[in-house]
Amino acid sequence: MSDTQQISDLKIVAFCCQYCAYKAADLAGSLRLQYPPEFRIIQVPCTGRLDTVEVLHAFEEGADGVVTLGCMPGDCHFLEGNLRARRRVEWVKKVLAEVGLEAERVEMYNLSSAMGDKFAEYATEMTERIRKLGPSPLRRSGKQVAETPVAGVS
Amino acid sequence: MIVAEQKPLAEIKSMLGEAKRVLVVGCGTCVTVCFAGGTKEVAVLASTLRMSTHLDSKETVVDEVVVQRQCEWEYIDPLLATLDQYDLVVSLGCGVGVQTLAERFPKIRVVPGLNTMFMGLPTKTGECEERCQACGNCVLDQTGGVCPISRCSKQLLNGPCGGSQNGKCEINQDVPCAWQLIWERLTNLGRQQELLKVQPPKDWSTSRNGGPRRIVREDLQLPEGYRD
Amino acid sequence: MAVRAGSFAKISNCPKGIGINARGWEAVSAMAQNGYSNLEHLIQDRQFVVTGELGPPKGWQRSEVEKKVELVRGVVDAVNVTDNQTAIVRMSSIAAGRMLVEAGLEPIIQITCRDRNRLGMQSDLLGAAALGMRNVLCLTGDHQSFGNHPTAKNVFDLDGIQLVEMVSHMRSKGVFQCGEAIEGGGPPFLVGAAANPFGDPFEFRPYRLAKKVAAGARFIQTQLVYDIPRFRKFMEQVVAMGLHEKVAILAGVGPLKSSGMARYMRDKVPGMIVDDYYVNEMEKAVANIPKEEKKARNEAWKKRGIELCIEQIGEIRQIPGVAGVHIMAIEWESALRPIVEGAGLLPRPTLN
Repeated sequence: MSDTQQISDLKIVAFCCQYCAYKAADLAGSLRLQYPPEFRIIQVPCTGRLDTVEVLHAFEEGADGVVTLGCMPGDCHFLEGNLRARRRVEWVKKVLAEVGLEAERVEMYNLSSAMGDKFAEYATEMTERIRKLGPSPLRRSGKQVAETPVAGVS
Repeated sequence: MIVAEQKPLAEIKSMLGEAKRVLVVGCGTCVTVCFAGGTKEVAVLASTLRMSTHLDSKETVVDEVVVQRQCEWEYIDPLLATLDQYDLVVSLGCGVGVQTLAERFPKIRVVPGLNTMFMGLPTKTGECEERCQACGNCVLDQTGGVCPISRCSKQLLNGPCGGSQNGKCEINQDVPCAWQLIWERLTNLGRQQELLKVQPPKDWSTSRNGGPRRIVREDLQLPEGYRD
Repeated sequence: MAVRAGSFAKISNCPKGIGINARGWEAVSAMAQNGYSNLEHLIQDRQFVVTGELGPPKGWQRSEVEKKVELVRGVVDAVNVTDNQTAIVRMSSIAAGRMLVEAGLEPIIQITCRDRNRLGMQSDLLGAAALGMRNVLCLTGDHQSFGNHPTAKNVFDLDGIQLVEMVSHMRSKGVFQCGEAIEGGGPPFLVGAAANPFGDPFEFRPYRLAKKVAAGARFIQTQLVYDIPRFRKFMEQVVAMGLHEKVAILAGVGPLKSSGMARYMRDKVPGMIVDDYYVNEMEKAVANIPKEEKKARNEAWKKRGIELCIEQIGEIRQIPGVAGVHIMAIEWESALRPIVEGAGLLPRPTLN
């Protein structure tokens, strides 16, 4: 890491699928490929596990960007999980726009487990995008958003 | 089942007014099935309301709860204890649910988060279609199980009209011609001759046209003095 | 009414007397001649009838109606006055119809089920009879989403066939739809209906026509025929069922105004089938005229449109079972005279 590299307090939550994206992340690490530290990886069994509400909660909890990385279309271990994820990501972009956040703060990428270089590339690309957009508007106001909601029990 | 869809966020926001503590109430029955007002949808709406009001520099508390069904007193009564903490209830139930809450809890303002659309079913994942208009006088035995009141754009009883083409309704390519379906269904059953009979004008008095409706079942009513 | 069992595929098995009063036309001619429409007399007399169409204005100026009246005088036996056609608000057909009566012409009042319930319709019809109108064309009506008030609530208390039956019973039984007697007896209406030989399901269409006849329709006007072979097939079935003897079938014809209009009708109008022949002929008509010469192109199109219409009438007259033509010159009433004259149908007969 060079001294001139700026580490911001931006957080990009990256939901990576166990079968392709997480393995690609591992490979990037083995290959000593650099990608920004703002990019925080969370493993999920499949990108299809990601639901709208989890993306929204991530922003409520202070994320500046949320991204999901999954297998190439047609190669999903669970057959269409990544296709459902793609639809949901497109949907959640609209929801974010309605709320008043930039739709570009959410994204989805597809890659295979052998693409360590692509992982680093996408991570860098997304972080650059968020750096340009700046911290989430929810954070800029300086106040914390209301705490984790009271979950309902019927 | 009853099919509804969520109002746009901007519209729901405009109903909040000066409320500082909001409770979003979902329903575990019909609106869960059509993905409009179940647990997930309540969570998403609450989250978007929190974020959106935060961006407006308002510190609005938005809490979430889901009941089994909003259209029965027994299922909503347990909410009473918590309602003191809130200024406003956003109901993600169908129109019946909203009104049941409003009637049972007159001290708190209840607003609808959904537009109730129709009675129908999910034909495919992500798609629901209208099937019943509650006309109060079901004639599905005569039309091969296809309802002309809810599925024909003109509610014809002696259809099809001149606009039916390629099995589609004249108003929209996505709407099948109900009378084409009726014809096919009855032909499959070998009963197409029944369509030669001129069906007389409908008695609309059993439908909503006759006024708001009510059903009383004397065999089910509780004796005088029993708590309901 | 008894309907013999039998599949629709075997047309010859279809019973002829579906619900029709056994006296049929004979009953009509036995009634008093006085008070019935000229159109009815002509039909009874088995004349080849010609009807036209007049669209009331989108305003309240009488003069707009009177202008069109002069274009159709003496050219047709009776004139349809449309009722909020394609769900666009226009002067009511009965009001415009009264202006025709005052001008000495015979209207055919169109009435749809979209805008009025059975009370409104019967009430309007009593007024129409009092004001001298006799011919009533009963239609289901275009859906309001086509028109200029798509947010309106539609009515459709009745459908087209129930309307035919209601108006027929007003005349034949002298009763309102609820069964109560009409004071002074039933109005002497001639009841008609529309038929679409090109709608789907195609196999069902002749039977739908039979239903309208069973409900009391005595004349039928079809949708525009731009596919004569298909229309011929339809008429074969109609004749096989004997319907042509119970009801006067008037084939719908109309002059095309441009090749764009022909293409639009072929591709965008539900329930309409236009043979490529018409589109091609209209395109050929302006093939040698550059696009900038709009006036010349329009005139060439109009000329060819009228010629094609005359050609259509000539062919359609040959088809057995056809009792007349209904000419729809939409917003082009001045085309009626050249068409009727060109088809050799002038002068029009009058029986008094």
